[in-house]
Amino acid sequence: VIRPKHQRLVLLVIALVVLIAAGLLAAWALRSQASYFYVPSDILADPPEAGRAVRLGGMVEKGSLKTQPDGVTLAFVVGDGKARVPVRFRGIAPSLFVEGSGVVAEGRMEGATFVADNLLAKHDENYVPRELKDMDQHQVKQVVAETQ
Amino acid sequence: MIAEFGLAALWLAAALAALQLLAGAMSLTGKGEAFAGIVRPVAVVQGLLCAVAFASLIVLFCQTDLSVKLVAMNSHSAKPFIYKFAGTWGNHEGSMLLWVAVMSLSGGFLALVERRLPERTMLATLAGQAFVSLGFYAFLLISSNPFERLPEPAKEGVGLNPLLQDMGLAFHPPTLYLGYVGLSVAFSFAIGALVTREVGPAFARAMRPWVLGAWIFLTLGITAGSYWAYYELGWGGWWFWDPVENASLMPWLAATALLHSVSVLAARNALRAWTIMLGVVAFSMSMVGTFLVRSGILTSVHAFAVDPERGSFILALLAINIGGALTLFAIRAATVTEGERFAVTSREGALVFNNVMLSAILGIVLFGTLYPLLAEAMGAKVSVGPPYFNPMGALFAVPMLLVMAVGPLLRWRNDRFSRIRRVVLIPAAVVVIVAIGLAIWTRLHVLPFIGLALAGGLAVASLLPLRGRKLSRAPLATWGMVLAHFGIAVSLFGMASESAFSTERLVAVNLGESTKVGPWNIRLNAIQSVAGPNWTALEADLTGRYRDGTAIVIKPQARSFWSPPQQTSESALVTRWNGQLYAVLGDEAEDGRWQLRLWWKPFVPLIWLGGVLIGLGGLLAMIGRVASDIRRIVARDKIAFRRERQGR
Repeated sequence: VIRPKHQRLVLLVIALVVLIAAGLLAAWALRSQASYFYVPSDILADPPEAGRAVRLGGMVEKGSLKTQPDGVTLAFVVGDGKARVPVRFRGIAPSLFVEGSGVVAEGRMEGATFVADNLLAKHDENYVPRELKDMDQHQVKQVVAETQ
Repeated sequence: MIAEFGLAALWLAAALAALQLLAGAMSLTGKGEAFAGIVRPVAVVQGLLCAVAFASLIVLFCQTDLSVKLVAMNSHSAKPFIYKFAGTWGNHEGSMLLWVAVMSLSGGFLALVERRLPERTMLATLAGQAFVSLGFYAFLLISSNPFERLPEPAKEGVGLNPLLQDMGLAFHPPTLYLGYVGLSVAFSFAIGALVTREVGPAFARAMRPWVLGAWIFLTLGITAGSYWAYYELGWGGWWFWDPVENASLMPWLAATALLHSVSVLAARNALRAWTIMLGVVAFSMSMVGTFLVRSGILTSVHAFAVDPERGSFILALLAINIGGALTLFAIRAATVTEGERFAVTSREGALVFNNVMLSAILGIVLFGTLYPLLAEAMGAKVSVGPPYFNPMGALFAVPMLLVMAVGPLLRWRNDRFSRIRRVVLIPAAVVVIVAIGLAIWTRLHVLPFIGLALAGGLAVASLLPLRGRKLSRAPLATWGMVLAHFGIAVSLFGMASESAFSTERLVAVNLGESTKVGPWNIRLNAIQSVAGPNWTALEADLTGRYRDGTAIVIKPQARSFWSPPQQTSESALVTRWNGQLYAVLGDEAEDGRWQLRLWWKPFVPLIWLGGVLIGLGGLLAMIGRVASDIRRIVARDKIAFRRERQGR
């Protein structure tokens, strides 16, 4: 039989154990589940393991955008001036997704192709994917010049 | 003129908040007791002035006064009236003014009606409320003045982000803000109780309606926001683990925990320090959420224009308020005397378990939301999504839901599980039967499988507290609890069903061609142009047949707004009792075919129906609690009156 005084302690210990376990699990899960951001040259230098969810950002190369015969699969090339990665996307592209503009694709590498589940294009001045905004400062100007 | 009037009202309200803080603090020191009498009236007037300032901004938006910078930047004369009106809070400054107005009106209302607590606790509470408000007044007046004029009136406004031009805008942000800011009262109560060390059932009963009210608004606001994102974004999902969604979920989790612990405090005078702690945490989560959204530090669809100065300002407010409250807690918590004892197997024990699990989920969501910031500080760009949140959340939600099924059946203080074992067998049997059925007939992933099985059992278990009672005699608060817990089962069923049974079809079709999605047969008849007040659109004319039923017309649109120039996709929904058909029109391919994206989502509306039931349950509980509080006060006054007469 547990005394009332001890029961309070038991509850406290259980609570602490659960919360610490939650913290440790969360830290472990974040390391394995967080989706990293890559530019094409990162992918070439150190490709993510196949099937791992990552994001790819860069410029859509001019003249590379092709619609497959099924009418809903897009193939295009994303470049950052140093490297190029072919991308396949099945779905409805966002309205501002055009050749020569920036894009962030969410998806995974399958062989040498990046298979995207979702595309984020520059929406309007109020919503720019954060990674592209950073690129504006450092890279995009040369990138655009080099890619086109 | 109206802009200057509004600004003056806002400055005056800020000055009164300062006075309220000073007078409240002085009267507590024992030297300035003369000030005690002015604290309540000042709080009321401050609330009214802030409401006047907000009303002024609404008038400016409704008139589309283009000499005001905020209106010119966010509105447009050709916009439909309802969006002019609701556009008042569809921007950074306006939404912060709404925040402050709700906060000071809550404070004023509290000052007006709450007479049960010791006056010293009330003075400390109102001073606390003034302190928090003052920070937000400063934020508005110094870095986000909504009434700023342009040197030259603009010729035309820039317009409102088309994604926000929806009825959802009129309802979702104000509801959510009532919830966020309602928690500020719980926060101030916690401060007040820490200052005067008066924590007990009377305190819990005073705090409970505010917690319940805020929680109801948060529940409804989150539900509405989820449905809005579902049909407006055209992505077919109903929860994206977007930082802003998480920002609304975290205060809800904390408020849910607080709601349950405050009930323990009211009924059993236990969990004293813990309830105070949750009061601090719940509003802190509201402020963290505001910081995340308003600073633009995280990528989000919800982020308005980003300004680093504002981010630092809110961060400073956050540090002062949360840091101050936690310091006060650290100093005073030890002196809050220990509450009543209880056994592990008791209603209190179950509620503690629920609180611990909710806190764990809160921690997981908070950690996952902030992780991209931590990673960026270490030089890695990451984003965190469903692969993290779903399994981690479920890991702690499932045990919590199991205890939720059993907890209400346990007695207060001390109970044995063997007493309720027979009753618990009924929902347990439901879970097992559903699980076996699913295992035989379907191939599901783990989470939807658990969700469906658990939802059936929970629905039955949630009704058990009513068994053996005369239904007409069961207290309203009990009905509220039953309804809210049942709503959780309903919502869980919707989520699991959506994830388990949705079918998607993405095709390019010619005019006159048909396609299938789930039990639906969809035919593309025509593409036509239509125009609205500030947009033009391509509209697909589709007919859908459910199995061989009658044809239903479905018209998804691709809209082009011209101010600001932006395209949105207006999905079309067909709701049946057993699910929803979701249609999106895509682009025209080079060969003249049109892209269609179609989903059949069985029982998906139950997600939001469940949310509404949870909110209604809260409302019933609130009505029940407030009514019995009033009866208690009336009875006490009657006794006092009789005694007085007999004394004479």
